[in-house]
Amino acid sequence: MASNIKIKAQLKGDTAEVKTLMKHEMETGTRKDSKTGETVPAHYITEVKCLLNGKEVMTANWGPAISKNPYLAFEIAGAKAGDVVTISWVDNKGETDSAETTLG
Amino acid sequence: MMQKIILLALGGMLAIGIAWATPEDDRLAFIDYHKKRFPDVAVEDYVNGVYAIDKAAYEQWEQIEEFAPYELALSEGEELFKTPFANGKTFADCFPNGGVGIRQNYPYFDTETGQVKTLELEINECREKNGEKPFSYKKGKMASLSAYMAYTSRGNKLNIVIPDDPRALEAYEKGKEYYYSKRGQLNFSCADCHIKNSGMMIRADKLSPALGHPTHFPVYRSKWDDMGTLHRRFDGCNKQVRATPLPAQSEEYRNLEYFLTYMSTGMVVNGPGARK
Repeated sequence: MASNIKIKAQLKGDTAEVKTLMKHEMETGTRKDSKTGETVPAHYITEVKCLLNGKEVMTANWGPAISKNPYLAFEIAGAKAGDVVTISWVDNKGETDSAETTLG
Repeated sequence: MMQKIILLALGGMLAIGIAWATPEDDRLAFIDYHKKRFPDVAVEDYVNGVYAIDKAAYEQWEQIEEFAPYELALSEGEELFKTPFANGKTFADCFPNGGVGIRQNYPYFDTETGQVKTLELEINECREKNGEKPFSYKKGKMASLSAYMAYTSRGNKLNIVIPDDPRALEAYEKGKEYYYSKRGQLNFSCADCHIKNSGMMIRADKLSPALGHPTHFPVYRSKWDDMGTLHRRFDGCNKQVRATPLPAQSEEYRNLEYFLTYMSTGMVVNGPGARK
């Protein structure tokens, strides 16, 4: 399956500006289905990782307070052209997704 | 005898008086009104909606557009567009030019069926013709597919035609009537907010100007946290004035879309958009 993470990365000097958009429903586990009245089970990302050439540069611990289809932007210091940026997440059901891009 | 002639003459004058303005007169007056209301705004900038008249919000919006929230929907729409139906046909078989770059021609008046056809309506007609279940009209797959089809038409100028058919003019006039009619518990018409009070604050938000309104649909609205079609927005507007919304793709809403989009004829398609 194609990745549901979109990455846009731009190199400014030796800093990489990384913007990501991840497709995820981010269910809090407290919402009720408006038709059946049943609680919608929690389903949210718990951890986001960013690797630079396979080396971990960031870990984010997330929870149900993050919005649906999260947008995450950050900068990596000490990056150069040709470096590979990998973004991956794990959710509370153990599902994962990842995507990578090469800095230009 | 003399009286009769005078009556006839009066009648004649009345008839001329009733045939008020042509749609083209309406459109020019519409643009003229906006030019006077917002003298600093170039006509082509109205495609940016409220951001055309709100500089601070425009700057925020520009940053949002750098990585627009509708991009996920575009990917989904593209996949839907390219995935064949069970019978092997695709959406491209239903539309002129293979469905690419055609958004600017919708809605149009179909002289065969005597009704206004919108892009969303034809998407579902295409699905049903090919033995597929129709999409729901307001969000989800319909919004994604419509967004993708708008995306392939970006930069094309809206070309809404009112054919020489009394039914087409009637549909236009009905849409116009809907736009200017007050409704709901709050007794607001579409025009009360978006013509008379455009640029004014409504609670924390600025009311967007009517010109260019339909160019950027479907939109990702932060309020919805989701994509929605133009008719979903109509639905929201009706609820906000505490009126009972009509079903999406009802004749009234299609006529309204016809009128509203005609007002923006000549402006570029820039959908899908991102809005608050």
